[in-house]
Amino acid sequence: MLLFAATNFRAAGRRKGNNEVEFFRNTNIDFLGKKWYFLAFSLIFSVAGLISMGHRWASTGSPLPLSVDFRGGTLVYVKFTKPPNDSEIRGKLEKSGIRDAKLQRIGNVANNELLISLDIKETSEQALDAGKNKIINALEPNPDQTKKDLNNASAQTIQEFLLTQDPLRAGTDANQQYQAIAQQIVTIRDKNFGGAIGSFDQLNGVPAPAVQSLQQAFYLSDFGVRNVEIVGPQVGKQLQQQAWRAVLYSLVGMLVYLWFRFELIYGIAAVVAVFHDTLITLGAFSLTDKEISLTVIAAILTLVGYSMNDTIVVFDRIRENIKLLRRESLAEIVNKSINQTLSRTILTSGLTFLTVLSLFLFGGEVLHGFSFALVIGIIIGTYSSIAVAAPMLVAYQEWRAKKQGQTAQVATLPAAKAREKVRAR
Amino acid sequence: MNKNLLWKTIFIVAVMLVFLYGIFGVPSSFSGQGLLASIQNRIHLGLDLRGGTHLILQVMVNDAVKADADNAIERLKSEMRTANINYSEISQPDPQNNADRISIKGVAPEQSADLRRIVQDRLPEYDLASGPENSWAVAMKPSALSELKNRAVAQAIETIRNRIDQLGVSEPVIEEHGLGEYQILVQLPGVDDLARVKEIMQSTAMLEIRQEISGPFSSEQQALQQNNGVLPPDTVLMRGKSVAGSGSDRSGDQWFILSRASAVTGRDLRDATPTRDENNRPAVRFVLSSEGGRRFGAFTGSHVGDRLAVVLDNKVQEVATIQEQIKDEGRITGQFTEQQSKDLSMILRSGALPAGIRYLEERTVGPSLGADSIRHGVMAAIIGLVAVLAFMLIYYRGSGINADLALILNLIILLGFLGFSGATLTLPGIAGVILTVGMGVDSNVLIFERIREELRNGKTPPSAVDQGFSHAWVTIVDTHVTTIVSAFILFLFGTGAVRGFAVTLTFGLLANLFTAVFVSRVIFDAHLNNHRAGEALSI
Repeated sequence: MLLFAATNFRAAGRRKGNNEVEFFRNTNIDFLGKKWYFLAFSLIFSVAGLISMGHRWASTGSPLPLSVDFRGGTLVYVKFTKPPNDSEIRGKLEKSGIRDAKLQRIGNVANNELLISLDIKETSEQALDAGKNKIINALEPNPDQTKKDLNNASAQTIQEFLLTQDPLRAGTDANQQYQAIAQQIVTIRDKNFGGAIGSFDQLNGVPAPAVQSLQQAFYLSDFGVRNVEIVGPQVGKQLQQQAWRAVLYSLVGMLVYLWFRFELIYGIAAVVAVFHDTLITLGAFSLTDKEISLTVIAAILTLVGYSMNDTIVVFDRIRENIKLLRRESLAEIVNKSINQTLSRTILTSGLTFLTVLSLFLFGGEVLHGFSFALVIGIIIGTYSSIAVAAPMLVAYQEWRAKKQGQTAQVATLPAAKAREKVRAR
Repeated sequence: MNKNLLWKTIFIVAVMLVFLYGIFGVPSSFSGQGLLASIQNRIHLGLDLRGGTHLILQVMVNDAVKADADNAIERLKSEMRTANINYSEISQPDPQNNADRISIKGVAPEQSADLRRIVQDRLPEYDLASGPENSWAVAMKPSALSELKNRAVAQAIETIRNRIDQLGVSEPVIEEHGLGEYQILVQLPGVDDLARVKEIMQSTAMLEIRQEISGPFSSEQQALQQNNGVLPPDTVLMRGKSVAGSGSDRSGDQWFILSRASAVTGRDLRDATPTRDENNRPAVRFVLSSEGGRRFGAFTGSHVGDRLAVVLDNKVQEVATIQEQIKDEGRITGQFTEQQSKDLSMILRSGALPAGIRYLEERTVGPSLGADSIRHGVMAAIIGLVAVLAFMLIYYRGSGINADLALILNLIILLGFLGFSGATLTLPGIAGVILTVGMGVDSNVLIFERIREELRNGKTPPSAVDQGFSHAWVTIVDTHVTTIVSAFILFLFGTGAVRGFAVTLTFGLLANLFTAVFVSRVIFDAHLNNHRAGEALSI
């Protein structure tokens, strides 16, 4: 230790006047000494998540709040031109025979957006889109059977109508002219007003005769459909199975790779740490009642890879130090390795966290669950590589030493297959 | 600058130019608009960004198996008749789950050799096994069965593609959906009338022209009563298209007894076009192939005065008396609207589906949501990128420029790759790009931290850079491999948008190996070349 301090001093001296920014210089934190705190912390969060999942399991039959991807069902994402009134909408839905629809506000309240979802019971493969059609029909005010809804009309419908009416007395290129106008109307509606306009006056820039003509055959409902997801029971089950398999296979893949690169115990420690991260992240979804969708599973698999990154960086250093510092105990080596890589660990996690946070804050509603999983997971993943994976190595060695009646003074952990070419220099 | 370094620099610039071409192509103009247009030209957006519909269809392959078995039963019957083999019953014991199984009962033991020979010679795709009490089980060979099912899927894809093409949908994706059994994935960017497109895809369009034996009856019971409860041999009972309110019958149902064999089927069609009948109602005119025309001519020639039934998807569309021999042309009338007659002729032209189709999944992203997603994704990407670039500059100063250059090149390669490969960019894909920024910079941090450490241990800048890179390299490979493993598994198991994420993440990280290690090193070397001994490295 003394030797280290001396070299540090010398290095700093040589670069005098070099006021570099550095956060974690020469830290010497006894991480392993705090292992009981870590254990308590991990247990509290895992158990909280597990209790929440268990409670959910007992009450709903599924441990996690699943999105329509996995549980199947119908989901219609609607934008209204004015703030929607939940009980009024519920009334309309009930009138057309939909009893247990779930209404959920989405995104910024000022956007007037609503998710209407139906249970899988309302979604059968014989008539997959029956639920969707019922919802849309229920919302449609339809004051006049002969008129169509401009907010849910396609560009083609608008174009065809204009062609038959020919309000502009267009010549030979009527087709192109009306196609352009129809496109313009749809663009204004979808891009400028998010899918539904409130009045014909909002069609700014569209030739007045065309708008007048449209008003005769179209009315404006107070909503536009932004997104529809219908998943039949078969696909839901299929996707669920695949998601489990994907998570499992990636854990096994990592285990095998680490076994090959290091030693089995490193692989096991890393996989336990990653499993711990996955569990806590899933627990967070259960606790906050956020739905697990396909993209959330993608985020969790990314976490598996990411948390593994952090763990490997620490392990790499442990492997290197075991060879370098043969006289020290494993606990000291692990501590030293964590400290040496701490600056890097915190920095990269911080930077990745920064990008993910940007995604969480600005990425919009569709990526909300995805970025939430990453925000939670990156914090936990960084923590676990320090607080779970590395202490496990020490615990393993102590257990083995006790079994063989040795004292756990010297690092007897296999220092891994010498695959590095670095050491040559 | 030494020669080696010069070549490396030229190489890096060349790579950058190639991938810039991948992103922009040759832009028509260098204004903001022109560049944006050329990016949109090169990088394909997924359905979740551009809007569109994603459907998963189940091919009911059992239908195709059942049709094949029906055919086999007919052939067995006629062969056994010619060979004078008597049997008490021939049937499909389990048409729901094992549609290929045929059971024959009551064949005399001395004739079993003949039966065996018939199955062997005439039905090479089937196996014969003896059962108890002179019964026999005929079942399709497993290899033939799976081939039949796969062929049904391939044929369904072909037919659906024909129909979609004729609808004029741009850039559709129609392919086998690898995740399920006998499923088809259809992606339609920007469909205007989804309900109609779905109906057109789903329509089996099995056209048959059969001889009408008797009818119409108002119900199944009535039809059977007329024949003393048993259908005449080689006939089938079929429902007609209901004619609401016609006649005394309230339901408007009509039933017909038709010949089991059809004179011609949709497979004999050469063309079908919308037309109008004498009363100026929309109808469909069809033309038969020369083979079909010959058969139809022979049939109608010998059945003048009899009645013909046009059957579409097992429903009698219309019945007409044969006035004279008809060769190769016919017309289907019915209560069509103009649109229906257009659609029907299109469907008939594209051919019949070999099996029924059921929709399993439907997702539609409206264009407004897609536009929002692009806006949010790009904003998050830019904010994340700027934050990381700024942090690296502040924290590593001189070397921060190095890392930032490497990171920007990393993004250029990633986006250029998307442009070259034709891979689609989805919203999770944009998230993958953002994550690449965060994880890509990890390599630089690893290297830089190591260099700082080596400097602290008293190494000179050139040797510290050298050591920093070589030590960090091992770790970088390990971290990249683990992430790519999880991305690869994601690619295998994921669908659509999630796959887009796996692709961008994987290629982002691969590009990162080049930029963070090779490019960054070259920049350091170039810097150290002009470096005077004893001067500090800005890191």
